[in-house]
Amino acid sequence: MEEQLKNNIPEGTEDTDTPLDQNVRLMSPTRMVVRRFFRSRLSIIGLIMIVGLFLFSFVGPLIYTQWGEIELDESGKTEYATAETTYTVNGVEYTLHQTTEKSLKDNFLAPPSAEHILGTDNEGYDIFVRLMYGGRISLIVSFIAVFLITILGVFMGGIAGFFGGVVDNVIMRVCDVLICLPGIPILLIISTILDASGIDAKYRIYLLMIYLTFISWPGTARLVRGQILSLREQEYMVAAEAMGYSAPRKIFKHLVPNVMPQLIVQMSLSLGSMILYEATLSYLNLGVKAPYAAWGTMINIISTNQDILQNHLNVWVPAGICIVIAVLGFNFVGDGLRDALDPKARR
Amino acid sequence: MAEEQKNVTPASDNLLEVHNLRKCFPLKKTITGKVTRELIAVDDVSFSLKAGETLGIVGESGCGKTTLGRAILKLHQPTSGRIFFEGQDITDYTSSQMREIRKKMQIIFQDPYSSLPPRSTVGGILSEPVEVHNIVPKDQVKEYVLDLMDKCGLRSYYYERYPHEFSGGQRQRICIARALSVNPKLVICDEPVSALDVSIQAQIINLLKRLQQEMDLTYVFISHDLSVVKFISDKIGVMYLGSMVEFGTKEDIFANPLHPYTQALFSAIPYPDPDVKMNRIILSGDIPSPANPPKGCRFHTRCPHAKEICKEVTPEYKDYGNGHCAACHLLNE
Repeated sequence: MEEQLKNNIPEGTEDTDTPLDQNVRLMSPTRMVVRRFFRSRLSIIGLIMIVGLFLFSFVGPLIYTQWGEIELDESGKTEYATAETTYTVNGVEYTLHQTTEKSLKDNFLAPPSAEHILGTDNEGYDIFVRLMYGGRISLIVSFIAVFLITILGVFMGGIAGFFGGVVDNVIMRVCDVLICLPGIPILLIISTILDASGIDAKYRIYLLMIYLTFISWPGTARLVRGQILSLREQEYMVAAEAMGYSAPRKIFKHLVPNVMPQLIVQMSLSLGSMILYEATLSYLNLGVKAPYAAWGTMINIISTNQDILQNHLNVWVPAGICIVIAVLGFNFVGDGLRDALDPKARR
Repeated sequence: MAEEQKNVTPASDNLLEVHNLRKCFPLKKTITGKVTRELIAVDDVSFSLKAGETLGIVGESGCGKTTLGRAILKLHQPTSGRIFFEGQDITDYTSSQMREIRKKMQIIFQDPYSSLPPRSTVGGILSEPVEVHNIVPKDQVKEYVLDLMDKCGLRSYYYERYPHEFSGGQRQRICIARALSVNPKLVICDEPVSALDVSIQAQIINLLKRLQQEMDLTYVFISHDLSVVKFISDKIGVMYLGSMVEFGTKEDIFANPLHPYTQALFSAIPYPDPDVKMNRIILSGDIPSPANPPKGCRFHTRCPHAKEICKEVTPEYKDYGNGHCAACHLLNE
């Protein structure tokens, strides 16, 4: 019986599986994702939109240097108006010649021309140039905010998901509280405080975005936590424990990279919403303030004069189009990434 | 009792000693955290193992083999009992103390598909433990890993590849290479071949045997395949419903199985000869739920020789000569 049982196990330890040829390479997961991403037309359109906006806002002002962000066009003419008034005092007729000098130093609300591609706004700033600078603010601010949100969210969500128990409970309750905070009313209060403390108009938008980060990280933290809760029960995490890896290594080297697909999608989608948020704040005069440009403040100009809304479309429509392009672009890319990163889609 | 257990001293020449190991999983808790119902996955298991030996653990599905293997590595914290590794009591080691011990004890998992991280290359998977535990200087890591891959029958150009590019057998080789990358003394093989087809099983088992000689390894080989266990083991432990019912050297156990469960189990080994008439002992019924184990002898519900005493009294786990232990009332007559 002994011998027969032994015969059950043939000799040899060699791997008899047909080996893949040394030169044949299957694609790495990353390359497969990139290929799937570029197969979708919509995501390419989104990518072009975003790259275009970036070039427009960051390279544009370097090429088109005719006007600066807060450079007024002072080519306005001085108009003289004469008026004659006749008085009769005690039977004597006096004629009063009155000349008023009306100085139109600033060339405001100029129509599009060779000098001002999109004309000027109600102050005399070049709209085309301010669109570029407004794009800079929007993109920088939303990238910083999303970056901070992601770091904070991954860190907190990672810890909560990995350790569970009390740690998880505390972090998640903090998240619940932060999600309950109403955004706009608190922003109004903070904006007032910033006004009173006399902080430079240039920096107030950054401070507001830091506050936005502070109330927005719970979304990412929840996403990361949920993923990690399911991933940490995988056998390769037991293997990582058996290999004697430390907790930070397990969280940030083994778990978080596996959350990256969902995280990248979330990041690109929230970039769009951050741009919208920034535009809203600027429109409400809470964010970027005059004389600095932002797409929101450029649209806000219509509130100063009914006439602009009806007759000077060149003042506010381009800014609106920029916002739409930015948000659509980021959403297209986000959707494209979501499809490309879906492991079940093996096209 | 806990005090008593702490005073257990290990024999000096045993690499691994397990005393009265017990692992319970809570099923139901009250609000205050008091456990009202629990599942006893491993109940009162004791054995010892010398360096260089292979212990085969057999038993049917759900009998606690895997839990025992993981509890030895403290991947599950044991509920009670003591584990001695190289004479050290590692039962109460904190996770940071365990991290040092992990260099010396490793595990190979059953499923080679889920136990490899999907997003790193083979090279990354194998160099990480080497770097974490400083096995060789940093500039020699790649050389060391390539050498290890060669030992485990992996071609060197696999270094840059991802786990999803491999077949099950090749993946299991990667798992073996990963476990051996830290130069362990003890390797728990948790059904390393049961997810593979038969021809690949043979390769992997022969590989494990060869590596054991080359690297001076001690195995705890968990399996439900008796032929495999017989081929690779020096000692065999038979588990039923969480407890060790019989333990002894391979020769003793195969020549003279004491426990009725072992007898039934061994009668079921398939024989690669159609002319041999087999004397099967067919057990009736299913394995009872470990959440609600039967009173007395665990096996009495299915035992063909069960008596009154078996239903009432838990049999003692005793040595019947030459380290051949079993737990059965029938042996006392």
